[in-house]
Amino acid sequence: MIKKRLVIIGGGSAGMAAAIKAYELGERDILIIEKNNYLGGILNQCIHNGFGLHEFKEELTGPEFMSRFSKKVDELGIEYRLNSNVLNISDDKVVTYTNSKEGVVEVKADAIILSAGCYERNAGAIQIPGDRPSGVYTAGQAQLFVNCYGYLVGKRVFILGSGDIGLIMARRMTLEGAKVLGVAELMPYSAGLNRNIVQCLKDFDIPLYLSHTVKKIEGKSHLEKVTIAKVDEKMNFIEGTEMSFDVDTLLLSVGLLPNVDLFNKLPIRISRTRGAVVNQAMESDIRGIFACGNVLHVHDLVDYVVEEAREAAEGAVQYLNGELKHEGHVYEVSPGNGIGYVVPQLVYIDDVKEKLSFKFRVRKPFKDVTIYIKEGEKVIKKLFKPAIIPSEMEIVKLDKSLFSKEANEISVYVEEKK
Amino acid sequence: MKELICIICPRGCHLTVDDELNVSGNTCPRGAVYAKQELTHPTRTLTSTVRVVSELEAMLPVKSNKPLPKEKIFEAMEVINKTCVKAPIKIGDVVIKNIFGLDVDIVATKNILR
Repeated sequence: MIKKRLVIIGGGSAGMAAAIKAYELGERDILIIEKNNYLGGILNQCIHNGFGLHEFKEELTGPEFMSRFSKKVDELGIEYRLNSNVLNISDDKVVTYTNSKEGVVEVKADAIILSAGCYERNAGAIQIPGDRPSGVYTAGQAQLFVNCYGYLVGKRVFILGSGDIGLIMARRMTLEGAKVLGVAELMPYSAGLNRNIVQCLKDFDIPLYLSHTVKKIEGKSHLEKVTIAKVDEKMNFIEGTEMSFDVDTLLLSVGLLPNVDLFNKLPIRISRTRGAVVNQAMESDIRGIFACGNVLHVHDLVDYVVEEAREAAEGAVQYLNGELKHEGHVYEVSPGNGIGYVVPQLVYIDDVKEKLSFKFRVRKPFKDVTIYIKEGEKVIKKLFKPAIIPSEMEIVKLDKSLFSKEANEISVYVEEKK
Repeated sequence: MKELICIICPRGCHLTVDDELNVSGNTCPRGAVYAKQELTHPTRTLTSTVRVVSELEAMLPVKSNKPLPKEKIFEAMEVINKTCVKAPIKIGDVVIKNIFGLDVDIVATKNILR
């Protein structure tokens, strides 16, 4: 069996950023395992721009962003395997992977970072009523076809879900000559970034139907018609609000789920992010197994993925050097009023070096709100925001010195100005 | 008075612009520049793909190295869709020079080795 100090599963932006950071912190015995025949992950097909404003202070496309990281991985001589699929992680940290050259390989790792990204919720996951014709794709699938293979999947398109990939694809399909008839969003607000509503929908006069969803799809062998209707607060269809569109393509942009299959067999708790429960070092319930990026919780900006990957790499290197003690005061972190989730869920405060960051999303849009972070009953941080929406993750960085260790709970909540 | 959402970065600031083109609501100077530009002559950076002759890839992602006038976007797409290049290609290689004489190049955004 091969031995490695640090095995990183997934060579996308999270995996590469974690590997580079671990290297910079002195770790040399690193292996990245990547299923595709290139490093970079999903950014390879995200040819639009808007990446890297935090990281590089310039606006890059996905392939440009990823190439900066893959170049660095090569320059540092960090080892990686392409075309390699991880089959299993055991609780004693043996990673089993397979590829066509080496067959099945077992690697005994001292530490593991899972950075396997996320996958799209598909038609089966949302149970659309009606026929089962061809012509129904997830937005990411259609994106791969047009951007990497040069195939436009349809000419008359409707999009269900206002996630960013759906919005980006509305623009992309329009530019390539398709007619996008509309986007329906179940919630009364968009799931995508405001800038994408403007530059992907408004620029091309594509209507966004809020509080609407697909009621029926029809088509004998290929999709012919999509009928949408308005929903009330209880998500029930409102009679008489139906609208039909003659389309050959329905794109689904209805959410992303962390790809945690490799954790399912392990005694690792899964949180409400659908990723692993982690502590301040991005470490799961098994000591030495870490997670970061979209496999931990779905991010809206790759810049934040990179930041989180560096936190996981720091944690892994701390662990490898015997500096993660898991001793002393421990906090449980929970989402309070208006908050959907908070990462991390556990904090061993004595293992924190200087700063600790909390990442969270609100459950619904708020205006003029104050975000509070409380230790027990004591407010340790207060932040005012003119507007806050679920599609934009918030990050609050706190100094270690703010924590008094007098309680064991930390909660994050919002209060609207009355 | 006009209200806009800034598209310069993912933050998406809500901007208000008065009749004298004074901008408020922006959290960085780029927002003010964007709002004035948007109300006088809107531009967009265009990203797309061109066909590539390569052992590895079918398509080469490209972008306009500067924002194009919004009304030229579809015309630019027509030119882009007629373009085919040959590998090897490096990021930044000019694929279409000085499109429509606008001093904007369409450049490669991916390295394709062969």
